Amino acid sequence: MIVLNVNGRDHSLDVPPETPLLYVLRNDLQLNGAKFGCGLGQCGACTVQVDGQAAYSCLLPVSAAAGRHVRTVEGLGTVEKPGVLQRAFETEQAAQCGYCIAGMIMRAQALLDANPRPSEAQIRAHMQPNLCRCGTHMRILRAIRRAAGLPPDGKMEAA
Amino acid sequence: MSETLSRRGVLGAGALVVAFSLGPRALAQEGGAAPKPVAPGLPGSLKTTPMLDAWIRVDADGITVFTGKAELGQGIKTALIQVAAEDLDVAPAAIRLVTADTGRTPNEGITAGSHSMQDSGAAILNAAANVRMLLAEAAAQKLGVAPDALATTGDGGFKAPDGRTVRYADLAAGLSLHVAARADAPHRPLGARRTLGHDLPRVDIPAKLTGGVAYVHDLRLPGMLHARVVRGPSVGTELKALDEAAALAMPGVVKLVRNGRFAAVVAEREWTAVQALQRLQQAGWRRPGPPLPAGDPLASLNGPSQDEVIQDVGAGAAAGVRTVQARYSRPWLMHGAIGPSCAVAHFQDGQLTVWTHTQGVFPLRGAIAQLVKLASDKVRCIHMEGAGCYGHNGADDVAGDAALAAMALPGRPIRLQWMREQEHGWEPLGCTQAAQIRASLDAAGHIASWRFEVWSHSHNGRPVTAGGLLAGLEVDPPFAPQIPRPIPMPEGGGDRNGVAIYAFPQARAVSHFIEKAPLRASALRSLGAHLNVFAIESFMDECAKAAGADPVAFRLAHLTDERAKAVIALCAEQFGWASRRLSDGRRGTGFAFARYKNLASYCAVALEVEVEHETGQVSVRRVVSAIDAGDVVNPDGLKNQIEGGIVQALSWSGLEAVTFDADHRTSFDWSAYPVARFRDVPGSVQVHVLNRPGTPFLGAGEAAQGPAGAALANAVADATGVRLRDLPLSPERVKAAIGI
Ligand code: FES
Ligand code: FES
Repeated sequence: MIVLNVNGRDHSLDVPPETPLLYVLRNDLQLNGAKFGCGLGQCGACTVQVDGQAAYSCLLPVSAAAGRHVRTVEGLGTVEKPGVLQRAFETEQAAQCGYCIAGMIMRAQALLDANPRPSEAQIRAHMQPNLCRCGTHMRILRAIRRAAGLPPDGKMEAA
Repeated sequence: MSETLSRRGVLGAGALVVAFSLGPRALAQEGGAAPKPVAPGLPGSLKTTPMLDAWIRVDADGITVFTGKAELGQGIKTALIQVAAEDLDVAPAAIRLVTADTGRTPNEGITAGSHSMQDSGAAILNAAANVRMLLAEAAAQKLGVAPDALATTGDGGFKAPDGRTVRYADLAAGLSLHVAARADAPHRPLGARRTLGHDLPRVDIPAKLTGGVAYVHDLRLPGMLHARVVRGPSVGTELKALDEAAALAMPGVVKLVRNGRFAAVVAEREWTAVQALQRLQQAGWRRPGPPLPAGDPLASLNGPSQDEVIQDVGAGAAAGVRTVQARYSRPWLMHGAIGPSCAVAHFQDGQLTVWTHTQGVFPLRGAIAQLVKLASDKVRCIHMEGAGCYGHNGADDVAGDAALAAMALPGRPIRLQWMREQEHGWEPLGCTQAAQIRASLDAAGHIASWRFEVWSHSHNGRPVTAGGLLAGLEVDPPFAPQIPRPIPMPEGGGDRNGVAIYAFPQARAVSHFIEKAPLRASALRSLGAHLNVFAIESFMDECAKAAGADPVAFRLAHLTDERAKAVIALCAEQFGWASRRLSDGRRGTGFAFARYKNLASYCAVALEVEVEHETGQVSVRRVVSAIDAGDVVNPDGLKNQIEGGIVQALSWSGLEAVTFDADHRTSFDWSAYPVARFRDVPGSVQVHVLNRPGTPFLGAGEAAQGPAGAALANAVADATGVRLRDLPLSPERVKAAIGI
């Protein structure tokens, strides 16, 4: 038995300990937010927070997540009561297909938790691991700035 | 044909030209089996499905609207709800929308080619106007007044001059909508519009931000099993003898489904299926067929071609005093959906149901029925969203894979998702292309004559038969592979946008279709328009330079289409083209324009780049775009599409190329096929919409791909003084060209 704390709740799970956290979240706990994108740590579609840090749930064995705090996009809010980042993504309509978006939100959440007022360069550097193929980057950046209380169409700083 | 530019000259020695005229034009759509028109006088897809109740039903429960088009992340659900709400004059929230489902919706073929608003949008807008007209007649009878004395209340009812009201739901019981649409049902006046033309938030976004069920990947049916398909690393390879016993010995493995070379492993748990796949892949692989032509990615364009003259205007000798000519190319490109393709299939009581993110549920149903040997009416394909596809990716193939697995395990729903390496290795690609242009300029610096040629493989490999699915080629006996055919103009495939929109006194364009391709080719967003617009718009800059003219003024001087001119002027003005920073060797600006397919949206893009000499790295500082998509249903949705198209096309044009060696594709994951990340995307992207209410909808989803790539090339040329004509404009190429 593995005890996994997800979004503040403990779950006792009888699963093979080497199973990547992603499959446990999606199939055993029926949480849709984290997505399978590559299973290789290359795209960030599976991003969740583990003890506050952004983590690739596709690579992390569930046994390594036991005893730590796992947070998924479902833990930030709901359609009726969205969290700050979710609301900002809604306001900016920051999605096309949206497959990458839950991972984007969770990586951004880890940034804002540690650094509530990041610079443009810090935002881009922090978001670098997450891929979006629809080209929604400009709106994702706007949403993160908005959630951080920064002007949404902030200018890229001189390199 | 007396082309002085032989293909031999263009693409090197050894080219064999086989010219013959094309047979009857079978397909009006991008592949798939397009439905036949039965009412050609009606707008959009009413031509093929004229009955109102196929599109709209009104009953006591409310209003349901049906579309044969699918949500691909382009926002089509929201836009179609707005269209229906406008002409029914109800709140958008009052409308339930049912999308592509062979069991419920009209057959609108494929959701592709920026056709959805022109096909389904126009059909639903007119069907809604018809339904409101019929409801008004019924209401008039009930209230004993003339129909034109009634006003809609905006919330699903009519109001008589004396204040009495009647609800649609109450009228619907006595009204049959099983009647054909009329072309002349009046629309609500433009000035009274409540939803059309407004920024309605996308209806699909809230669930996507909060972990709701949004994708076929999220579908969990009772008793569902997980499967993985077992294949070699990429198209053209196969695994050696599978260690079936080893896989079946793994706890939780339910079955290894085999049929000829097709194999899928099915397990209770998804991770078990992944591990079993990895175990089976230890068999190693081989390439049974001839080796791939590794090396020059353009080499395959030298193969035998079908040639067609796609433009021939003006006659007589060109009065040029100066000749400019150049050749452009692009490599193979990948769709690269962020979520690998997935499907859920369930065979029960002789009926197969497939939940799929295909772009064409009806053509897919036909292909799957053939594959699993069921009658079409025993197969139902229901669209559910996948990750953005940008054309024909693995969506259809994975549905075929899941269907075969489900047939072997009746009663158990099967969810089958591809692995990342399978998507990279097996998805159909956007093919390599080359274009050559020659123009002569007259003494006044105008283009007097124009010669354009393009070489391309197929952009149309969508399944119509089981032979269009990977599994169909693997089962025993295999189905015959589909023969690729060119897509006819005016939409075109490899020659899409191969006819320049500019008015030249004399112009000739030839399209060369090369059937035999080394890699698997099909539709990638904008098809040939990406390369053709890149070529034409790069070349317009080269001609402007030769003529000593400003690139924007040079384009305007060659245009007669007023809408084209207006979009160019708006983009130039918003960018500040006239007062732009002049090139200083590092910074530069570029401009490009196209009307997609010469019949859909008009799109102009201006951008500013900074080139780092030491590395060849190109940073796009800012992008400004202008778009005329006709009557704009949802301005913010349109901007979202254009912004995304620009960012994606900058990635294609600046970074991407599928690589392969003699045996297989070597672009097997994101490390081997890099695409734009946050540090690579522009500093800002602005989109300005030129709305034309009351005019026809013009498809826009693919309009930015060509102009964005061309504007990038023009800006790099402006910044560095060196013209790069082969995509991608990678840092290595830029650095080599600058020669530092
Ligand atoms: S799915 Fe985990 S990084 Fe791609
Ligand atoms: S919105 Fe589609 S991948 Fe990001």
